[in-house]
Amino acid sequence: MRLQLVRRPQHSSLMAAVSPLIAFALTLIIGAIIFIAIGKPPGAALYAYFVAPLTEMWSLHELAIKASPLIIIAVGLSVAYLSNNWNIGAEGQFIMGGIFGSLIPIVFPGFQNVLTLPLMILFGILGGMAWGAIPAFLKTRFNTNEILTSLMLVYVAQLFLDWLARGWLRDPQGYAFPGSIRFPPAATLPEIAPSQGGAHYGLVFALFVAVALWFVMTRTLKGFEVRVMGASPRAGRFAGFSSKRMTYFAFLLSGGLAGLAGISEVSGAIGQLRETISPGYGFTAIIVAFLGRLNPLGAVVAGFVLALTYLGGEAAQISLGISDKLARVFQGLLLFLVLACDTLIYYRVRFSAGRKAGEAA
Amino acid sequence: MEMAQNIILTIMTAATPLLIAAIGELVVERSGVLNLGVEGMMVIGAVCGFAAAAVTGSPWIGVLAAIVAGALFSLPFGFLTLSLATNQVATGLSLTLLGVGLSGLIGEAFVGSAGLRLQSIAIPGLVDIPLVGRLLFGQDPIFYMSIALTAGVVWFLFRTRAGLTLRAIGDSHGSAHALGISVIKARYLAVMFGGACAGLAGGHLSLVYTPQWVENMTAGRGWIALALVVFASWRPWRVMAGAYLFGAVTIGQLHTQALGFGIPSQLLSSLPYLATVVVLVLISRNRRLTMMNTPASLGRPFVPDR
Repeated sequence: MRLQLVRRPQHSSLMAAVSPLIAFALTLIIGAIIFIAIGKPPGAALYAYFVAPLTEMWSLHELAIKASPLIIIAVGLSVAYLSNNWNIGAEGQFIMGGIFGSLIPIVFPGFQNVLTLPLMILFGILGGMAWGAIPAFLKTRFNTNEILTSLMLVYVAQLFLDWLARGWLRDPQGYAFPGSIRFPPAATLPEIAPSQGGAHYGLVFALFVAVALWFVMTRTLKGFEVRVMGASPRAGRFAGFSSKRMTYFAFLLSGGLAGLAGISEVSGAIGQLRETISPGYGFTAIIVAFLGRLNPLGAVVAGFVLALTYLGGEAAQISLGISDKLARVFQGLLLFLVLACDTLIYYRVRFSAGRKAGEAA
Repeated sequence: MEMAQNIILTIMTAATPLLIAAIGELVVERSGVLNLGVEGMMVIGAVCGFAAAAVTGSPWIGVLAAIVAGALFSLPFGFLTLSLATNQVATGLSLTLLGVGLSGLIGEAFVGSAGLRLQSIAIPGLVDIPLVGRLLFGQDPIFYMSIALTAGVVWFLFRTRAGLTLRAIGDSHGSAHALGISVIKARYLAVMFGGACAGLAGGHLSLVYTPQWVENMTAGRGWIALALVVFASWRPWRVMAGAYLFGAVTIGQLHTQALGFGIPSQLLSSLPYLATVVVLVLISRNRRLTMMNTPASLGRPFVPDR
C-alpha cells in the first residue's frame, strides 16, 4: 500500500478549520494509549489532564496565568513565521525582557509611583526587542541563518540571567540564595480579580495584543506585506517591499512581545527576578503559534489548550502519580500532529495498492 | 607533555559527538532535507543508550540501542516531511521538542543512577608511538567510529554512484525524479542515517563523555552540529575541523573555569554558543561560498507528480 498526495485545486477551508481539531483528537487517542501502556486508567487520566483544571475558579486563574505568556509570544511568532523569518529564540527574548524590566525595581528600589510599572513594561519590551534585533541584524547584514543564531542566544540569555540572579542583582539580604529582592507593590502587575484567584493583567495584554495584531494582519497594508513577503519575496520586491525591513519588523515585533511576556511573568506571577523565570514558554509558544494556524486569534485558543497541558500535568501527577514530564510529550505530540493534519488542507491523501498508480491526478 | 596530551585527549572526546551528529546531518542536508530535530534525536539516543546499558549491564548494548533509537526516532520526521510534504523547519523543531520531552519521561527512572562507561581500546603497538600514540590509538571505540564514519561518508558521497545520486537529489529533486530516481526513498534512507548518527552522538555523551543521565544533557550540541554543517559548507573534512575547533572551545572554557581568574563561569559557559554565532557570521558573509555549496533543494518539500 502506498500513500499518495494529490494537490487540491483550491485549499480546503473546511480542513483549515477542522485540522487542528483532528490533531487534538489524535493527541487524546495517543495519550489514552500511553496511559494504558503505563498502567493508568485512561479515562481518569485524560479527565485529570484536560477537564479537572477547568472545574474550579482558582485553577481557571492559574490557566490564565500560564496562557498569557504563551499567547503574547505566539502572536508575535505567528507574524514572524508568516513572513518567513524563523525566530525560534523567543525563550531568550522572554528572559531578556524579564531582566531589563526588572532593572527598574531592583536598581532603583526607591522609585515607586504610577510610572514604575509602565516604565518596567517599556524596558521589558525594549529588552526583548534588543535581543531579537541581533539575529535580524546578522541575517540582513551577513546573511547568517536566523534559526541557529536566535537559538544560540537563548543559551546565552539563560546563562546571563543565572549570573545576574546569583551576582549583581542578588538580594543582599537573601542569605546567599539566588534571586533579587521581592518587588514592591508599585512594581507588581496587579491581579484582575484578587478575591477569586491570581490571574494578573498579563491576560489583558494577551487579549489586546491578539486582537490588535489580528486587525493589523487582516485589515492593513502591513499585514498584506507580511503575507506577500512570506509567500514570495520576489513578488514582494516588485511591489516595493524590502525583505530586510521585513526581517527587522518580524524580529523586533516577536522579540518585543516576548519581552513583554517576560516582564509580565516576572512582575505579575513571580514577583522577583530568579535564576530561571520560564518553564520553556518561549518554545511552547512555537507550538501555540502553529496550533493557532499562525492566526493571532487562533493563538488565543491554542494558548489556553497548551496552558491546560501544563496544569493538567501537575494535576495528574498529584491525583494519579503520573510523571509531569508527560505534559512535554503531549505538547510535542500535538505540534507533530498539527503539522501532519495541515497536509490535508492542501492535498488529498490517497492510498493505492502496489506501485502501478497510473491514473491521472 | 603529559598535561598537553591529556588536554588534547579531552578535546577529542568533546568533539566526537559534535562530529558524529554533524556528519549525519550533512548527509541528510546533501539529500535536500533540513532536519532541525538533531538535538531531539541526540537526546533520545543519550537516554536510550544509558537506559539500555543500565538495564543489561553492557555499554555496547547501550551504543547499539542509541543508534537504533536515533534512527527510529527520525522516522516520524521522515514520514511528515517526505510522505506528507510538511514544512521541514517546523517539523524538525517539533521533533526536537518531542525528543526533549520524551527523553525526560524515559530517563526519569535513571536520574542519579550510576552509569556504565564504554572502556577505551588501546591498539597494541600503535598506542606506544611517542606523542601521538595515545591520542590516536588509545581512545574510546566511538572515537574510532567517528573517524571511520567521516572517511566513509567522504568515500560514499564523492566516490560512489549512490553518493552522486544522493547529491543530485539534493540539488534538483525534480530532475532526479524525472530520471526515474526514487527521491522519497533515498531521502528516507538519508534521514534515518542522520537519525542513527545523532543517536550514536547522544550515546557517546551518556556512555563515554559523562556516563550518567541528566535531563537535557545534550545542552544544545545538536544545534551546534547543525551550525557546523553550515560552517563546513557541506564538506565532511571541514565538519571534522569545525568539530575539533568547538571541542577546543568547550574544553578551553572548562579549564579556564577550573583555574578561576575571576571570570564569571556563566560567561565562560556561554562561549561555545557565542563561538557558534561568530563562526556562522564569518562563514555566511561570503555569499558566494555559501550559495555555491548549499544543496539547491535544501528545505523544499517534494511531492512527486505522476
